[in-house]
Amino acid sequence: MDAARTDAPSRPRSAWSFELGPIEGAHEVRVRVLSGWGLNCEAETAAGFRMLGAQSEIVHTGALIEAGAAALAGVHVLAFCGGFSFGDHIASGRVLANRLRFRFGDALARFVDDGGHVIGICNGFQTITKLGLLPAWGRSRGQGLAPQQVSIVDNDRLGYRDAWVRLGFDRDSPCAFTRGCSGAALEVPARHGEGKIVFADDASFARVSDAHLIPLRYVDAHGTATARWPDNPNGSTDAAAALCDESGRVFGIMPHPEAFLYPENHPDFTRWRAAGERPIAGDGLGILASGVRSVLGRWP
Amino acid sequence: MGATIHRFEVEARGHGRDALAAQTAARLSGWLGQPVDAGAIATRRVYHLDLGLDDDEAARVLAAVVDPVAQTGAVGMLPDPWPAGTLVLEIGLRPGVTDAVGATVHRAAADCLGRPLHGAAYSSLLFAFWGPAAESVASAAQTLLCNPLIQRARRQSLPRTLVLEVPRAGATDPPRVEHVALRDADDETLQRISQQGMLALSLLEMRAIAAHFRDRGRDPTDAELECLAQTWSEHCKHKIFASPIELDGPDGARRVQRGLFREYIRGATEAVAAARVRDGIDPPQSPWLVSVFHDNAGVVRFTDADHLVYKVETHNSPSALDPYGGAMTGIVGVNRDSFGTGLGADLLTNVWGYCFGAPDHAAPLPAGLMHPRRIREGVHHGVIDGGNQSGIPYSRGFELFDARYVGKPLVFCGTVAAMPVTVAGRPTHDKCAAPGDAIVMVGGRIGKDGIHGATFSSVRLDESAPVQAVQIGDPITQKMMFDMLTVARDRGLFSSMTDNGAGGLSSSVGEMATSSGGAELDLSLAPLKYPGLQPWEVLVSEAQERMTVAVPPAQLDAFLALAQRYEVLATVLGRFTDSGRLVVRWGETEVADLSLAFLHDGVPLPPLPARLEPHTPQPPQLSALREPGALGAELLALFETPEHARTAELVRHYDHEVKGLSVIKPLVGVARDVPASATVMRVRHGRREGVVLGEGVHPFYADHDAAAMARACVDEGVRKVLCAGARIDRIAALDNFCWPDPVRSDRTPDGAHKLAQLVACCEGLYQACVAYGVPLISGKDSMKNDAFIGGTKISIPPTLLVSVMGQIDDVATALDPVLVAGSDLWLLGETRGELGGSSLLRRWGQGHAGAVPQTDPARLWPRYRAFAALVAAGRVRSAAALSRGGLAVALGHALLAGGVALEIALDAVAADPVDALFSESTGRVLFSSAPADRAEIETQLGPHGLVALGRSVDATAELRATIAGATVLRLAESELRARWTAAYVD
Repeated sequence: MDAARTDAPSRPRSAWSFELGPIEGAHEVRVRVLSGWGLNCEAETAAGFRMLGAQSEIVHTGALIEAGAAALAGVHVLAFCGGFSFGDHIASGRVLANRLRFRFGDALARFVDDGGHVIGICNGFQTITKLGLLPAWGRSRGQGLAPQQVSIVDNDRLGYRDAWVRLGFDRDSPCAFTRGCSGAALEVPARHGEGKIVFADDASFARVSDAHLIPLRYVDAHGTATARWPDNPNGSTDAAAALCDESGRVFGIMPHPEAFLYPENHPDFTRWRAAGERPIAGDGLGILASGVRSVLGRWP
Repeated sequence: MGATIHRFEVEARGHGRDALAAQTAARLSGWLGQPVDAGAIATRRVYHLDLGLDDDEAARVLAAVVDPVAQTGAVGMLPDPWPAGTLVLEIGLRPGVTDAVGATVHRAAADCLGRPLHGAAYSSLLFAFWGPAAESVASAAQTLLCNPLIQRARRQSLPRTLVLEVPRAGATDPPRVEHVALRDADDETLQRISQQGMLALSLLEMRAIAAHFRDRGRDPTDAELECLAQTWSEHCKHKIFASPIELDGPDGARRVQRGLFREYIRGATEAVAAARVRDGIDPPQSPWLVSVFHDNAGVVRFTDADHLVYKVETHNSPSALDPYGGAMTGIVGVNRDSFGTGLGADLLTNVWGYCFGAPDHAAPLPAGLMHPRRIREGVHHGVIDGGNQSGIPYSRGFELFDARYVGKPLVFCGTVAAMPVTVAGRPTHDKCAAPGDAIVMVGGRIGKDGIHGATFSSVRLDESAPVQAVQIGDPITQKMMFDMLTVARDRGLFSSMTDNGAGGLSSSVGEMATSSGGAELDLSLAPLKYPGLQPWEVLVSEAQERMTVAVPPAQLDAFLALAQRYEVLATVLGRFTDSGRLVVRWGETEVADLSLAFLHDGVPLPPLPARLEPHTPQPPQLSALREPGALGAELLALFETPEHARTAELVRHYDHEVKGLSVIKPLVGVARDVPASATVMRVRHGRREGVVLGEGVHPFYADHDAAAMARACVDEGVRKVLCAGARIDRIAALDNFCWPDPVRSDRTPDGAHKLAQLVACCEGLYQACVAYGVPLISGKDSMKNDAFIGGTKISIPPTLLVSVMGQIDDVATALDPVLVAGSDLWLLGETRGELGGSSLLRRWGQGHAGAVPQTDPARLWPRYRAFAALVAAGRVRSAAALSRGGLAVALGHALLAGGVALEIALDAVAADPVDALFSESTGRVLFSSAPADRAEIETQLGPHGLVALGRSVDATAELRATIAGATVLRLAESELRARWTAAYVD
């Protein structure tokens, strides 16, 4: 008899329309993952890009600033990873965002103008939002960074929380990092104390919402966007879990796709195994894979 | 300077809701036992900038720190829109207390203005309370939110006045070196000097020091005496484990001549190492034990590329005084231990475990003790913040509750790290400071924080505990230091490293100097947090986030340049020598000159008396459990005790997935809220090997039989990692002893009994470790866990924590306790009438009745080999180690985790259903398998006490247990979950 014959629950459908694994041509894609000053997710973020075959290097943020714009020459993807930059002491990402704006803002603006991809995860998302890279409406080519237009603040239930969430995709979003989605929800861990996305006013929200700049929303077990805790861990406006700019190449996400690179990261993997299912990678890798495919213009 | 102080106030606006007000209301509601309206509370963040800014600059800095979308702020005060009668409470830190937020504000201001700024910034929080309950809520808030040891509160009514006072620390005293007249002092004077100076030196030790200096023809300096006190403290020297013991008992007298550590702890590890050689388990050129006992943490071989490092520490006394800061220092401190092992290891995961008084403790508390609920809240938040902000996930966590932990809570914190086998062409586990290497202090500055930490933890807690004994960690400063030192390690820029923990520089330099043969320090070079520290204070301060590094002269420039690039403070304080002496100066002034031989080996170790008082337990009185329906009611009641209640919401505040390596997580099951028997974590990206962690801790068995306690602890830890799929030939353990003072004295008349319990515990530990082939690779003891307040003495129960670390070759084969439907359910191992110290009897107030579980490790080992072989063959679907609460709690967890129906028969478990369900007999595993493997399971495990319990069924989740076909217990998952969840007391 087959050991797989069981009533164990089978794995939900993959969130991606492509196979997760090395991508043809990815060896030409250069990724820089920022580290230092309290950031702490650089290893897994870099490992994820490496699993796809990209050239993925960790660089200390101080070294990047010191090197100036030249540090970004030939770079395709700049990844702002998670962590507690400067302890998030004043507010999450605030001090790092200021420092980058004061000393590296023009280089970042040019990088985006030149077609670069930017992903910010958790603290990285908080940082690039406060830096004005997201959603950056009204900014035209050649200008410096936009002012901060959106903020990410304390969860309604105050305090850091680590739990897996389900994310539903907006398939009309221009976002480069979610384009390869299958329509099924993406499961990843959310781990933050300040993840609630807020807008200065209704008009700002409408501007983001109408342009489909919210590529991912917290959804419940039925796949419906929800304001209810714990499916929505922070009370974010319109259940927003992520934002992108109008080009789709700048993307920020609160939960952690880079914490689901391997199938064994998933809390249910032992039950999938009992049902005979052994996926080759974790669904979180798909976010990074979409980004790399966007750089290469290579979609299945 | 006063005129240039600026005050900032910042508050949420618009969609940026005041979440702190809501949380404060919830906390106060819990504390007051009545609802508190969050709508009648407002909060603000307040910063005072003593940075010499002009008003324009202050305005620019404010604009840079206030969120333009979600906040509003003002230089000076924001308008107060609150009703008349509003009370405003502002809580800030006392002078000299680490203010990490203030330091970041300072940095942010310098970034904004583009120039370095001198001075300091200070943070505080402002709370406004209004409405009919304003007065009572504000008073409760002041009690709950402000710990006067480290914080100060200011209350104002409206209209407020602008306050520009800052807690600037420091003094103008010039550095002085005093000599202490010891040579001619009589015994009474010697004792007084020790007590008044918080030196915790015994009369015998004071006499030894006096004699040493008589020979040298001078009196010791204050710094020399302090340095000796730190180095000779129980905390650093482990005198109780090193001294000979005279054991008197019913079987006659005997002597543990080599002391407990050499005889039993090191003895067990040496026996295991010898057995591995004898049995040819490891290739001769690569022994599995890489580095044990002589470094900050134990090191064992793991893969071709990495070793594993593990250390567990306790931080009990500071956590009693300042739960948040004390516990945070516990976790970031043990991070430094594992990080600073060999030439440096990469931190992987944390563990924690706490023993508290019950959160609903209702009996009166002696004055000066904090309520256990408050201690618990602070301890959790300290370790949550320390771990999360350092980017280190946790794997294991436990909590135990007993009224005897009211006097001193136990706070265990540990860290596993991965150490590259080689770095820069050298074996990483070797370190050796050479004569001529520079002594470089890296990380934070030195203040008065933590002065006397080592000696303080070596005495009981009483009313005169010093303020400065509390240190507060700053995880970000430490993280930046670790980032820099990791790069320096990979470039081969230093030859040795150790952390500054207990005893500060006196211990770290004193310890590293043993490899070179001496050291010279100039304390006037040390970076201080504020002026006015005396030389001896600089030498023994336990200010956090500091490592001491030995840097060869050829690498010094590169090392210092790297530190500067990473914004990490690194200061040359002297050099290592081969003079045989620790020489300390302040500029030209001599501060200390001690021979290393006297410093490290001069402490007298007189024999200690031990005598066990026999324990004669009463039989348990459990007739109430014979009533119909009583078994199910009892199971539900157990899940409502603080020990077993659902804590998922609390522990989800701890990150357990950062690094992206977690496999079997601390909480498992369909609702992801049931504690896992053991956790599994991948160690490096792109590789399949993992580390498996479990532990055993059974203080409630100690009063019955301390040897049985120790065997149960080792057995449970080993069984847990095997249940997750660990290799049976690579299991290592750590021992952490927390004991009440076991040295007989006026205040401890029963010291000889407590010491005899310690001896028994060590014997049990030795026996189990040797039988299982499990070495003790690192350990720690905390031997004075008593509070003596207002004539009341509260001593903890003797507590041994055995932390177990296993290895797994492929994390994809890891197991958890989660059942799927359609499985056979088995119990492996005999169940005896061993209810002594059990969850059941303690709930019935009979903790001292009954017989505690006895463990025969030599008999259990073949069982485990057979079980591990089946796991390795992929025949086991899920497994859980039975622990506190016995089969009943294991079945309850299985029901909650699997969400499927369990149909079981108790007939073959034990004759008495109470024993069957609630006995805590060791050596048992609850596991499931595919029906196809039934014959194989029976063949392999039949000779090892296998019981076919029943099966799991795809039906409404409930537990149904029968005896002789009659249902004796029927429990719906929904009811258990509801009761389990509602029982939690935060």
